[in-house]
Order: sequence, then structure tokens, then C-alpha cells
Amino acid sequence: MKSVIVSGLGRIARFYYDGFRNMSWWGNRVWIIILIKLFIMFLILKLFFFPDFLKTNFRSDEERSDYVLEQLTGNN
Amino acid sequence: MIENVDLTLVNWSRGQFALTAIYHWLFVPLTLGLSFILAFMETIYVRTGDEAWKKITKFWMTLFGINFAIGVATGIILEFEFGTNWSNYSWFVGDIFGAPLAIEGILAFFLESTFVAVMFFGWNKVSKKFHLASTWLVAVGANLSALWILVANSWMENPVGMVFNPDTARNEMSSFREVLFNPVAIDKFTHTVTSGFVLASVFVIGISSWFLIRRREELLARKSILIAGIFGLVSALAVAMTGDSSARTIAKVQPVKFAAMEALYEGKSDAGLTVIGALKDSGERMGEKRVQDVKMKIEIPKLLSFMTTGKADGYVPGLKDLVNGNPERGIMSVSEMMERGTLARQVLTDYKMAKELGDAETMAVLAARFNDSDFTDNYFRYFGYSFFEHPWQVIPSVPVTFYSFRIMVGLGFFFILLFILAIYLHRRNTLEKNRWFLWIALFSIPLAYLASELGWVVTEMGRQPWIIQNLMPVNVAVSNISAGAVQTTFWLFALLFTALLIAEISIMVKQIKTGPKH
Repeated sequence: MKSVIVSGLGRIARFYYDGFRNMSWWGNRVWIIILIKLFIMFLILKLFFFPDFLKTNFRSDEERSDYVLEQLTGNN
Repeated sequence: MIENVDLTLVNWSRGQFALTAIYHWLFVPLTLGLSFILAFMETIYVRTGDEAWKKITKFWMTLFGINFAIGVATGIILEFEFGTNWSNYSWFVGDIFGAPLAIEGILAFFLESTFVAVMFFGWNKVSKKFHLASTWLVAVGANLSALWILVANSWMENPVGMVFNPDTARNEMSSFREVLFNPVAIDKFTHTVTSGFVLASVFVIGISSWFLIRRREELLARKSILIAGIFGLVSALAVAMTGDSSARTIAKVQPVKFAAMEALYEGKSDAGLTVIGALKDSGERMGEKRVQDVKMKIEIPKLLSFMTTGKADGYVPGLKDLVNGNPERGIMSVSEMMERGTLARQVLTDYKMAKELGDAETMAVLAARFNDSDFTDNYFRYFGYSFFEHPWQVIPSVPVTFYSFRIMVGLGFFFILLFILAIYLHRRNTLEKNRWFLWIALFSIPLAYLASELGWVVTEMGRQPWIIQNLMPVNVAVSNISAGAVQTTFWLFALLFTALLIAEISIMVKQIKTGPKH
């Protein structure tokens, strides 16, 4: 059973490996774009420009609830 | 405090979200529609064994792959924006918005990492039937993935299936079934995916026409035009039907948006449907909003009444009825809704004060009101109105909604004609001789994108000032951050997305010029 699973996983890995190795011109180009895009989105935009406002400014869900409650009821 | 919120911040946050959504939507509809066109083409290949169909399928699969790859994950930026720019909203909606988005994320991950890989890497490596099954699963999976996003969006337009918890200041899902089968979600899903099918069909016909204009790849072009023509025609008729159903739902749950789409200020029986018209400032005002007259209009008598109420003499309320109220027709005024909303907000304020004082007994009594159907149906449902100072503030931009709607519908009917002509000319074997048609088909590609984007403009601009209909206006939803920061990221996104778009178009154009021989 174990050998069947290992051989199955090996075939899947080989499938992806061959697929990436034999990619066409456009395949290579779009993968480069995907990687650059993901780098910009997750390592630059998310880290430096898009912190989660409530997670950054408040330590617990209770504090976050109180803050939003204040926002909703303020000046009422 | 909400009342002191910076309008510049609200407008830049809205602008940034709109920019991101518009760019994201440039990639999505082609994926939704082209995936099915690929599945049809590959099915014909597997059934007939004709290698020409394999070549055709692989060519369109290349364009699908480019669009899919460039567009993938562009929607995640919208989720970043929820957390940073719209934190009050994100907290307030609780798990209702999160659950469908999580399902979509998981579905998209498995779809993308498995079946899309089989589609591209699996030719001659897996059996024909397994490959075909993967192509179909990509098509079905991509469209199901869209379902969850649209369910989340529909909840914002018609919030159902939830209970508000005053202790956490969050809405909690009470019925997944109600959220999933929200009438707005059903209409929106069917209308949106079929409009994606139309866009993809126009894309295939347009590119195929270019080949015929250049007298290249004629077999591929003719066969592709036939498949896309049939699929496009069926889809365009479905778009018209689902659009009609969608309009009826909007008339019920978002009557102000519906009246704005028609620039209908005075409610009337026997209301006609304006097919074409130009808006002109009447000189009259509703608060700070200009009242528009519809000039030079071509109208189909009684059709609006019939479409909305099912009766030719049915009464369709106008903006004045909806804002000022019309007791004879059972329409509550916005002033009344503002009073009820203020009462609901006062209950929440009292709850907050009791919480601060540690008065558990009062807290329990007040919390129970949010589970009482009389309070939720007659007061809390108007919670968002408590943030307005004037009733006229509920009116969206009538010109934007009116014109966007008409251009979208007009283009929809134009595409029906285009598909009929494509099928007719194909059957008569005269596609190449009618070069005027080929040029029109080619230049219809940007029109399909325009119609698709305008559909979202009608949806999102028409429901202003709400981020959640009747519960939360946009100015209450924004985070207390600097407008300058939002402005900076707005321009960063504009640059990033424009670069992605240029990359997509240039790679796609190169592949189209190369043709299916690669």
C-alpha cells in the first residue's frame, strides 16, 4: 500500500516536473510574470502598504469589538 | 468618530477599490466563458478524433492560459483593501463575508493546482477522456468559484440570513441557506456568468475574424466562429432573461437603485421603459441633488410597469416617492427610516454604556432585542439610515446609473445580432466575403469588455451610498487612516495593473500572430 502511494506521488511529481521543463515560450513568460506579481503583492504591498488596520492597532478581539462599537455609536 | 470622517479618504478608498475591481474584472469574464468554449471544442475532438479540433482547442487554450495566469490572484488585492481601508465594514460583516470567500479560495487553489495543470501539461500524458474531464472541471470549477464571490457581493446588496451581535459588533450567520439562495445572489450569478460567456464568445469571434481578414487559419477561424456563435447566442439570450429577472429583484430590494437606473423621479402607473434618452437638468432640486429630465426619449409604453409588477398598469415608485414616502402606496419615507435607524442605534449605544458600567442585567435585556424579529424587522433593518443628515443623501448618481445601464443593455442586444449574423454567414459559407462583418466582429472585442464593466458600474454605483444596503453607508465603513496613504497605493495599483495588462496584451497578441502552429 505504502509503495503504491509513494509511486503515485512520484508520478504526480514527475508530471509537474516534465510539464514545467517542457513549457513553451509563453508559459515561461507568464510564470515569470506570476512570480513577480506575487512577490510585489505579498512581500511589498501586503507587508508595507496593507497592514490589517484592526489587527495592527488592537491586541484582542475584545478591543477590536469595542473600537468598532465606538465607531458605530459615536456621537449618537 | 464617524461624523468626522474625511470625505477625501472615503472617495480615495472608493476610487482605489473601484480601480482594483475594474482591473480584476478585465481578466475574470474571459476565463469564465473561454473555459466552456474549450470544453466544447475538446469534446468534439474526443468524440470525432479529428486532429483539427485538437489543434483548435490547443490554440484557444494558450490564450486562456495567458489570461488565467496574468489575472490569477489579482482579486486578492481586494481582500487586502478590506482589511486596511474598510476595517469597520470587515469587522461588521463578520463571518458572512469570510465564509464564501474562504470556500472560493480553497476551491480556486485545488482547481488551479490540479486540473489546470492537467489541461496544460497533460496532452499525450493522460488519457483523452481524463484530459477532457479536467477541461470540463476547470470550466465548472472556475464558474463555481465565481459563485462564492457573487454570493458575498449579493449579501451586501440584500443582507439576509444573519443576526447582529451587539457584544462583538458583528453580524453572525444564522442561515447559510438564506445567504446562498439570496434572490439577489441567484440573479447575479446567472447574469454575471452568462455575460462572461458572451464576452468570451465575442473574443473568439473577433480573433477568428482577424484570421479571416488576414486570410490565415481559415479552418480554425470558421469552426471557432460556429462554436462561439452558437454558445454566444444562447448565452446572450440567457443574459437578457436573467437581466430581466435581476431588474425585478432590484425593484423589490433596492428600489432607489431601480428608479435611478430609469431616472424615474415621479412614480407612475402604466410606466413606459425608456430605450434611449438624454438627461437634462430640470432646474429642480432634491436637497443637493439635481433632478434630471429625460429628453429625446424613445419609450416602450407600459413595459416598465409590466416588467416590474407583472401588470401593464402596475405602479412603479419614483425617487420622490421613495425619498419623501407615499403612504397611499405603502412606501415609507426616508425620514421615517432615519428615525427608526436612530432608535436602533440608540439601543446599541445603551448596550455599549451598560457594558462599560458592567450592568449585566441591562446588557441581557438590550442584547435580546437584536434577536427579536419586531425590532430587527422594523428598526435594526434601517440602522444605516441613522448616519444620514438628509433624506436625499440616499440618492445615487442618476446620470452614471442611467447611462451605464442603457449602454450595457444596448451592447447586449448588439451582441445578439452579432451572433445571429456570425451563424448565418457561417451557414451560407460567406464569412470571408463579408469583410465588413469581420471588421465589426474584431472591433466588438473592446465593446464586450465595456458592457461587462458597465454592468458592475450599474450594480455598485447604483447602490451608493450603501456598502451594505440599509445597514452601513460607505463613509461608516472606512478605516481611520490617512487619505495620503490610500492615494499612494491607488497610484501603485494603477501602475501594477497597467503593467500586467500590457504584459497580457503583448503576450496574447504575439501568440495570436504566431497562430496555432507553435
